[in-house]
Amino acid sequence: MTWRRTRRRLGRLLLALLLVVIFLYATLPFIWAIATSLRTGAALFDPSPFAALPTLDNYRSALGGRTFLRSIANSVAVAGSVVLLSLLIGLTAGYALGRTSFRGRRLLLATILAVSMFPQVAVLSGMFELIRVLGLYDNLLALTLSYMIFTLPFTVWVLATFMRNLPIELEEAAMVDGATTMVVLTRIFLPLLAPALVTTGLISFIAAWNEFLFALTFTLTDEKRTVPVAIALMTGSSAFELPWGQIMAASVIVTVPLVALVLVFQRRIAAGLVAGAVKG
Amino acid sequence: MSAQGVDVEGVSFGYGATRVLEDVSLSIRKGEFFAFLGPSGSGKTTLLRLIAGFGTPDRGRILIGGRDMTRTPPWSRNVGLVFQNYALWPHMTVAQNVAFGLERRRVPRAERDRRVRAALDMVGLAHLIDRRPAQLSGGQQQRVAIARTLAIEPEVLLLDEPLSNLDAALRAGVRQELVELQRRLGLTTILVTHDQEEANAAADRMAVLDGGRVLQMGTPTELYDRPANRFVASFLGTANLIDGTVEGGVFRAGGITLALREPATPGRATLALRPQAIRLHRDASGGALAARVLRTEFLGGHVRYTLELQEGQQLTTEEVHLRGRDPLAPGGGVQLEIDPQQVSIL
Repeated sequence: MTWRRTRRRLGRLLLALLLVVIFLYATLPFIWAIATSLRTGAALFDPSPFAALPTLDNYRSALGGRTFLRSIANSVAVAGSVVLLSLLIGLTAGYALGRTSFRGRRLLLATILAVSMFPQVAVLSGMFELIRVLGLYDNLLALTLSYMIFTLPFTVWVLATFMRNLPIELEEAAMVDGATTMVVLTRIFLPLLAPALVTTGLISFIAAWNEFLFALTFTLTDEKRTVPVAIALMTGSSAFELPWGQIMAASVIVTVPLVALVLVFQRRIAAGLVAGAVKG
Repeated sequence: MSAQGVDVEGVSFGYGATRVLEDVSLSIRKGEFFAFLGPSGSGKTTLLRLIAGFGTPDRGRILIGGRDMTRTPPWSRNVGLVFQNYALWPHMTVAQNVAFGLERRRVPRAERDRRVRAALDMVGLAHLIDRRPAQLSGGQQQRVAIARTLAIEPEVLLLDEPLSNLDAALRAGVRQELVELQRRLGLTTILVTHDQEEANAAADRMAVLDGGRVLQMGTPTELYDRPANRFVASFLGTANLIDGTVEGGVFRAGGITLALREPATPGRATLALRPQAIRLHRDASGGALAARVLRTEFLGGHVRYTLELQEGQQLTTEEVHLRGRDPLAPGGGVQLEIDPQQVSIL
C-alpha cells in the first residue's frame, strides 16, 4: 500500500521534473537573449542570469541604427505580401483541387507536395537566374516571389483538404440561391475557412519572417535587407567587435511580434491544424 | 407540348459507363405537387439535381416554365432546393440565411427585410430571426431552410428527402405544413422521397422510378389501385404477386380460380392482390378457399397474417382488429375469399 503510494508520488515528481527540463530547454535561449540584451560591456560575459545593472542601451542603439527600422519595414512588407498572395492563390487553388474534379487532379496535388520537398539550397541557383532574368535582383518582390515556393504548397494542401470536408450542400444551397462560384468562395467558404486561413497565414508569415538564405542571396544593399539578414550582418564600430548586446536586442525586438501573433490566434491555430488533419 | 411547370424531355444521364437516367420524360403542371418515388439508386435524386442545374444531361432537354434551361447554371434558374441535411450556413444568422438569395438578386434593403420576415412568418419562426443555425432544433432548421427557398419566390420548389432527418413524431406535422404552404402559394413543387407514405400523402401526382427509368406516373390512388408492373405493385404498399394464366376472363393459378371483372389479355399473367382484397371467414362454410395460418403478427389496429394455400402458395393479408375477435392462432385453418373488384392483372 505505502509502496504503491510512494511510487505514485515518485512518478509525479519525475513528471514535474521532466516538465521543468522541457520548459527550460524551450525557453532558455530566449531568456538568455533577453538577459544578454540588457547588458553592455564586460557584463555581457558575466554568466549569472541576472544583470547587475539592466540597461536599455542596446535597444536604443539597435533601433537607432541606420537601417534596422528599414529592415523591419521590409520584413513586414515581404511577409505580409507573402501571406496575402499565398492565401489568395491557396483559396482559389484549394477550391479547384478540393471541390471540383478534373483530369490530373491527383497528379497535380502530388506534384505540389513534391515541390515542397526540395531543399532551398537545391533551387537557389536556378531561382537566382530566374530573378536576374525578371530584373528583380535586390528587389523585395524577389523575396515575395521566392518565399511562395515554400508557403504555397502547404497553404494549397491545407485549404484544399479543409474545403473538401465542407458539406457540398452548403455550396449548392448558395448556388440555387443565385450565388456564382466566386460568391460561394467569398461569402460561404471564406468565413467557414477562417480557422484554416489564420493557421496557414500565420505559418506562412513566420516562415517568411525567418527566412535567411534567399534574403541574403537575392538582396544586395542595406536598404533591401530583411531582419534576419540585417541582424546577421550587424557590425560594431570596428571589424573586430561583435556587438552581442545589440544583436540580442534586435533579436528580441523581431521575436516579440511573432509571439504576440501566436498568442492572439492560439485557439484558432489549434482548431485549424486539427481540422485540416482529420481527413486526407 | 409544355405543361409550363417543369418538362423533362428524353433525358439520359450517366457518370462514365454508369447509366443513372435512361430516357426519362415527364411533365409537371404549374402549381402541381409532384413526387419522385423510388428506392435508393433509382436516379430520383439525380433527376432532381439536373432540374436544379447540378449537371447537364447527356441527352434530352429540361424546361422550366416553358423555357429551355438545360444548360443554364443553377444560379440563374430561380429554383428553390431544400436539402435533407438542411444546409444552413452556420456562420450566418437565420435572417442572414434567408436574406442571402435576396441580396444576390439585389433586392433593396427595406424590401429584403420585409420578405425575410414574411418568409419566416410563413414557417412560424419569425421570433428566431437572430439565432444561429446551431441554436435551433432539427425541425426548426428545416423550416428555416424552407423559408430560405421561399424568400426568393422560386419558380419551382425542389425538395430532396426534406423530412427524412426529422424524427417520426415531427415528420407528419412538417409534411402537413409543407403541403398547406404549397397549396396556399400555388408553387410548383417536386418532392424526392423513398417513403411511399410521404409521397402518397403529399403529392397530387407522382412518378415511380427504378433503375433510372420512370416505371409509372399518375395520382397516388391510380398507382396504388392499378400498378403497371410488379415493381410498382410491391413498392407501393403490400401486394401478393401470384403467377398464373388468364383464359376466357378467368385467372387460374394452383387452387385459385378467379373470374375477372375487367378484360385481360389471355396468356401468362401475374395477379396483384392487396391484403384488403382478401376476406377471411372463420366459419368453415363462408369462403371459397381453404388455407392454413403460418404466421400471425398483432400490429395494434390490425393483425397481419401469412397464409398458406393447399397448393403451397403464400399470401399476406390483414384484418382489422376488434375487441372480442381474437387473432387466429398459427397452425389453424381458415377460409378465404378474394374480391375480384380489388385485384389487378399485370
